[in-house]
Amino acid sequence: MTVMEKAEKKVTPRASGTSRRRRTVEILGKWVVFAFFIAAWQLATTLAEAPYFPTPSTIGATMVDLWLSGPASQLWLSDAVFHDVVPSLLRLLGGWAAAGLVGVVLGLMLGRSEKLHDYFSPTISFLRSIPPPALLPVFLVLFPIGTPMQLATIIFGVIWPVLLNTIDGAHTLDETVVETTRSMRLSKPRFLATVVLPAALPKIFAGLRVSLSLALILMVISELVGSTNGIGYQMILAQRNFSLPEMWAGVVLLGILGYVLNVLLLAVQNRVIGWHTRSKSLTGR
Amino acid sequence: MSRLVRNIVGTVGVLAVCELVGRSGLVNPDQLPPPSVIGARLVEMFNDYEFSVDVVETISSWAISMVIATLFAVPLGILFGSVPMINSATSAIVEFLRPIPSVAMIPLALIAFGDSYDAKIALAVFGAVWPILFNTVHAIGDIDPVQINTAKAFNLTRRQMLTQVKLPAIAPFVLTGVRISAGIALILVVSTEVLAGSAGGLGSFITETGTGGAQMDLAIAGTFVAGVIGFAINMIFEWAQRRWVNWSDGDRAR
Repeated sequence: MTVMEKAEKKVTPRASGTSRRRRTVEILGKWVVFAFFIAAWQLATTLAEAPYFPTPSTIGATMVDLWLSGPASQLWLSDAVFHDVVPSLLRLLGGWAAAGLVGVVLGLMLGRSEKLHDYFSPTISFLRSIPPPALLPVFLVLFPIGTPMQLATIIFGVIWPVLLNTIDGAHTLDETVVETTRSMRLSKPRFLATVVLPAALPKIFAGLRVSLSLALILMVISELVGSTNGIGYQMILAQRNFSLPEMWAGVVLLGILGYVLNVLLLAVQNRVIGWHTRSKSLTGR
Repeated sequence: MSRLVRNIVGTVGVLAVCELVGRSGLVNPDQLPPPSVIGARLVEMFNDYEFSVDVVETISSWAISMVIATLFAVPLGILFGSVPMINSATSAIVEFLRPIPSVAMIPLALIAFGDSYDAKIALAVFGAVWPILFNTVHAIGDIDPVQINTAKAFNLTRRQMLTQVKLPAIAPFVLTGVRISAGIALILVVSTEVLAGSAGGLGSFITETGTGGAQMDLAIAGTFVAGVIGFAINMIFEWAQRRWVNWSDGDRAR
């Protein structure tokens, strides 16, 4: 985590014209390299003719066929998008948001109360150690198959990074700040919302990012096990039909989703806590 | 009250609430048995040979994948980190490959490998490689240039440079990467076992006992054991970090 944060610090605070141009070149270069990679993959798979590794062009064509073959009135999106991709995304974002909310609220409380934290920390460290997929068979019995069971899996699996990071962020609050607000006689809820929460935001965002990629994983696996729609469900159907291009199409789509979601969250993070990275680069810390 | 007392009181309290809820009739005790019943099952299970085999199989699959992933990712990370050309070329590819959730590859791997045991290891390796690789590459880039130049001034050979300067400098970050990977590898091993009954191991045990809801006490006990394994792995790595790589900060402080 620390390494990642460091890497971000190097990239974000660039604003002047020349460095912006250099940044554009960097991004362009990345895509060029990526295009070469795809071309090499195309060549290799065409030559190898391995049945389990369809060529990128086959996968691309399958993706267009699966998801972009709809009528113009639906913006060319096919019915499969509305039947599989949209429900998947809604569950992913819904579960992540719910876990984020609960994680932040609980985290602020536990982070500011030494006693409360002592009471619950063993339970928390045990529960977060359970590999979430091990709970799938249990959740399948406890919750109705479909969205409720999937939401339960996602929420249980992704709440921990947010909770632990929030506790950490709320706990390591500057003592001067605490004393100052005490002298201003802020009420406890106001203190948590207006002082602790903003101070913990950088840590919270780090937790939210880990959770988001975890949510994608749990969304897929819960759909592989117990679902009647969704991207994972579509992949399981493809597996039963031995349709390898369709399975690869699912893998690529999930990769794109993971990439886009991360970029979006980074953009939000820069908006919300840009002050944090900026102030750090100013003070040189 | 000291911290330890509060830890114990809190944990006992949580268990007591679970027990009360389990016995009160708020939930169906067949579906969600109280902790006392699950505890009794746990004791029985550890006398059961087949269950022990399942546990050993999960742990050994995890360990094998971690060894392979580390042996693969650390040298590769050092190479990528040391040669800027390779680094900029591969970072783009890695950046696009990494967001693919490795569980998405499970159905594919199960078909491609045929044998679910191979599939399990291959998937866990695939998932575990990225954090180690990333941390190694970044750690190499983060080495203090003064260290490198000093070593050069002392005419260290390339080999000495690697073993005496670079490896100690990157070890803390590499170990952090390995710790993150350990969790991911366990998730992938258990996921594959849950999805493919033939894969054996703890995940298959939980799936078999949990299906239909007839033996939920066994399934939840199995999940509990999975949690204990995850917890133990975490503790071991945290301990190892404190024990072995504390020099990175400790020496500077002195």
